[in-house]
Amino acid sequence: MTMDFLRPATWAEALEAKAERPGAVPVQGGTDVMVELNFDVRRPDALLDLNRVAALGEWSAEEDGRLRVGAGVTYARLIAELGDRLPGLAQAARTVGSPQIRNRGTVGGNLGAASPAGDGHPPLLAAGAEIEVESAARGVRMIPAEEFYLGVKRSALEPDELIRAFWTRPAGGPQYFSKVGTRNAMVIAVCSFALALHPAERRAGTGIGSAAPTPRRAVAAEEFLAAELDWDTGRLDPGLPRRFGELAAGAASPIDDVRGTAAYRRHAVAVLARRTLTWAWHDLWAAGPHEGPHDGPRGRVRRPGGPVAPGDPGDPEKPRREAG
Amino acid sequence: MSGTETRPDRGQSRERGHGPGVGRDLGVGHSAPRPDGTLKVTGEFAYSSDLYLADMVWGATLRGPHPSARIRSVDVGPALAMPGVLAALTCEDVPGELFYGLDRRDQPVLAADRVRYQGEPVAIVAADHPERARRAAAAIVVDYEVTEAVTDPRRAAFDPSCPAVHDGGNVVRHQPVRVGGDFTAPVVVTGEYEVGMQDQAFLGPESGLAVPAEDGGVDLFVATQWLHVDRDQIAPCLGLPPELVRLTLAGVGGAFGAREDLSMQVHACMLALRTGRPVKMVYGRQESFFGHVHRHPARMRYEHGADLDGRLRYVRAEILLDGGAYCSSTPAVVGNAASLGVGPYEVPNVWIDAYGVYTNNPPCGAMRGFGAVQACFAYESQMDRLAEACGLSPVEVRVRNAVSQGSRLATGQVIDSPAPLAGMLRELAAMPLPPEPSRTAGPVAVPPPAGPARAAAATSVPDPAGVRAPGAAATPDLLDLPGGVAQTTHGEGVRRGVGYGVGIKNICFSEGFDDHSTARVRVELLGGEPHVLVRTAAAEVGQGLVTVQEQIARTELGVERVTVAQADTTVGSAGSTSASRQSYVTGGAVRAACRAVRERLAVLRANGETLAETLERAGAVEETRVYRHRPTFPMDPVTGQGDSHAQLALCVHRAVVDVDVELGLVKVVELAAVQDVGRVLNPLALEGQIHGGSAQGLGLALMEEVQVVDGRVLNPSFTDYLIPTILDMPPMRVSVLANPDPHAPYGLRGAGEPPTLSSTPAVAAAVRAATGLRLPRVPIRPHDIAMDGSRYGNWAGDRSL
Repeated sequence: MTMDFLRPATWAEALEAKAERPGAVPVQGGTDVMVELNFDVRRPDALLDLNRVAALGEWSAEEDGRLRVGAGVTYARLIAELGDRLPGLAQAARTVGSPQIRNRGTVGGNLGAASPAGDGHPPLLAAGAEIEVESAARGVRMIPAEEFYLGVKRSALEPDELIRAFWTRPAGGPQYFSKVGTRNAMVIAVCSFALALHPAERRAGTGIGSAAPTPRRAVAAEEFLAAELDWDTGRLDPGLPRRFGELAAGAASPIDDVRGTAAYRRHAVAVLARRTLTWAWHDLWAAGPHEGPHDGPRGRVRRPGGPVAPGDPGDPEKPRREAG
Repeated sequence: MSGTETRPDRGQSRERGHGPGVGRDLGVGHSAPRPDGTLKVTGEFAYSSDLYLADMVWGATLRGPHPSARIRSVDVGPALAMPGVLAALTCEDVPGELFYGLDRRDQPVLAADRVRYQGEPVAIVAADHPERARRAAAAIVVDYEVTEAVTDPRRAAFDPSCPAVHDGGNVVRHQPVRVGGDFTAPVVVTGEYEVGMQDQAFLGPESGLAVPAEDGGVDLFVATQWLHVDRDQIAPCLGLPPELVRLTLAGVGGAFGAREDLSMQVHACMLALRTGRPVKMVYGRQESFFGHVHRHPARMRYEHGADLDGRLRYVRAEILLDGGAYCSSTPAVVGNAASLGVGPYEVPNVWIDAYGVYTNNPPCGAMRGFGAVQACFAYESQMDRLAEACGLSPVEVRVRNAVSQGSRLATGQVIDSPAPLAGMLRELAAMPLPPEPSRTAGPVAVPPPAGPARAAAATSVPDPAGVRAPGAAATPDLLDLPGGVAQTTHGEGVRRGVGYGVGIKNICFSEGFDDHSTARVRVELLGGEPHVLVRTAAAEVGQGLVTVQEQIARTELGVERVTVAQADTTVGSAGSTSASRQSYVTGGAVRAACRAVRERLAVLRANGETLAETLERAGAVEETRVYRHRPTFPMDPVTGQGDSHAQLALCVHRAVVDVDVELGLVKVVELAAVQDVGRVLNPLALEGQIHGGSAQGLGLALMEEVQVVDGRVLNPSFTDYLIPTILDMPPMRVSVLANPDPHAPYGLRGAGEPPTLSSTPAVAAAVRAATGLRLPRVPIRPHDIAMDGSRYGNWAGDRSL
């Protein structure tokens, strides 16, 4: 049995190829697809190489204020070029694999694989991103991130569709991503948590990774924050982050596996939720009294009592470059 | 501050080259560069997996999926029917002996009537393309009848109703040690400990190339640790006399014990002889996890009795080592665990029972530290508990019980060379501690590393306190915190702990083994200049023996130009590259051969003649010598007494850790070590051995485990079998002592294994100190810390009067 290697030069050709060969597996960086092929997990009859489709490697600021980030933008570029506007996603991108992997891997690939352990998913959920998918037959479809993940490695993508981009607003408030692994670098998530404060809407978004069959929001925890956070004075009842953590853990439905136990994952999600909320709330109020909606890119994120570190996402003057 | 300090005041002297002004800078005692160093760093070194011949074909292995099953039938027909397939062989096709093994010949070349572990080879295939070979292997139809798997080593050892994995019972070796008879003491601490199954995790998978020869024999190019013992096992299985099986060492990408047993050797030779074509076999990473032995997992029960001042009165221990489905080197591993089971401490009364057992778990055998690692984790954990019970510091309790030259081991063997353990511990304890972090939860540099300053921090190993981005001195860097860039804490929940570990390792083969090496040294004129060719069968596996051989030749002969020939079986056995023995034994053989050459040259040399002139007139001079270390003796089967070891080596570690006690994540902040190596042959290579051994011990403490459930491996990949990265292995302080061993060449003491022993208990002790938890098992998993509320000080069974 041979495997065809399809190399469309344009997006239109890619969509046609996918329509003709719905079994073809799209490959961009190959950091996930090639591992599966090498392990003989699957043997598709065709690979659809999207690397020649230049448009996928582009991102743009759209008229509605959102960012449209092509499915082929690598983690390394996301950190370097968009880290100031998408800090949560940049933090997650920084935890993906090794520098070599981040130079090849993409959020588009993360979405295509739809693994519950994919690091890109929780920040997309917390930010309320939408996934732009397209088919030759039916054109463009926008799928909210929370509706994209259907099961373990299953997404809402139809067999003839390809992922074009994800759309998300630049951060309107502090964002954090936090991931537990059993070593200090280059590790697949035991569990992860993303938090995004949306001060303009007086609410917070969440995303849980690797602690349920799919990445998912902690909806009850978000509702709790919307109801209980004191957006007027910034006062944070010490019991509030703890309760938030409990609710976040309650949204998880983890399993025991080779990377960790279900009980530990639930516990860790609670700790991560509590800590990220504390950090984000500190950041928000350390900048001074809250002044209403943030629409555009945030300015400098100040930390109480400390200078902004070079390369900090809140420090737009500094050039941002991925570690080599 | 990172770096190695050597102490020449303790007996090290600089060896001089014998030639006038030649060979000094690259001789013994100097950091001579590796001859293969540039090639390896630039990616040009040819490893065994890079071997290539134009007409070669590819071999692949079909492995049984069951931990225990009967084989009803094997049908290779579907494989043979596939295009490009040249051969598909089963146990029926083995030309000679059906079994091989290092100690007992109990391992089938290919499974016959049953498989005893998941991944046991059942059939082999040769095809014109590696993928075709793999698919053909998968097409072979095997009819299995799954049988009950023995997976509990305790049941295997002690339950008479347990099925036997092999005829003759499941206990491979039981070695008692009995000293004295007074097992009473005012202070008693007891504990049960467990060590998980560590993998050697070499980077170069099992691979080699077998080339059929016109004389009916076979030439095998292979990455291994011991060419001659490979041949001794291969030739009978092929039904060939040994001289028709010629082995040449191919480029070895790490070993750590995992290449001591055969893997693809007989298979590739069988396929080559059957097809008449060169056959290459290369295991993939996943297959590699099933293709070599691992470190024996251990379950250990210890009871230490001491006087109120902490001086040991007795140790009782039961050490149970799971050898898995085949014997491999289990008996010798048991011997080490038993003979070194109380550690480097003076103990008047000892009662040890060490067992190695068969189960249907993955076979276990040699790995760096070899039985001494497992016991070390248990006895060092006990010493900390004893310190606590007696109100002593961990250092003081060890100092009070430390062996020294003249002390007796549990086997009755007297340590007859320097063993300055108490001084080593005091020196270690006096080393400055890394600065305490200022823990203010909240502001951190997020997300690093995004700028050049932190990029540098991620790729070098400087003092962690010294690598902060400029202007961020007060801001903790995520790289310094548990969890690293995954940002699990900004300082919340982080507590610091300090722990100590001490280890003692036997160097060279023990228990009466005829442990020797052979070297052939030739001096001749090449291009008008003297040149030395050193030939041995000793395997360079990355440790730097090839460099040491060059250094010895330069020092002994005063000739700068030295070549070490690729190791092969055209010269006598060098013994195994294991037990930290090659500098000692092959180094001794090279030195002896060089000195024999030197003596001949001295006779040949006319007055006033240069070496070149002598060689020009008299021709090349060549000598071959065999070197043996002093004899060792078996352990008494009932009492365990006997001078079983040739040499003993000590290393001590201090670990400083930061633990996120809520999440159970650990950042090792610093490892410090003091090791006595007798004599430094190559400072740079030595430092590499100490760093590497320490890292491997750290890995065992915190993350490295082949997870096995019901005889099945859950994580056969580097995705889930985790080894330390640069963010896990901290900078080290290393102090090297050089108190010469009068019995050893140059006074040297084997150095590769001891650091692997002591770093594991040191890291575990530091984590206990940070968390207050018992943590009786390594690797310590995050949930062991985060989800376990038990306190270290409240063990049932402890009593202190």
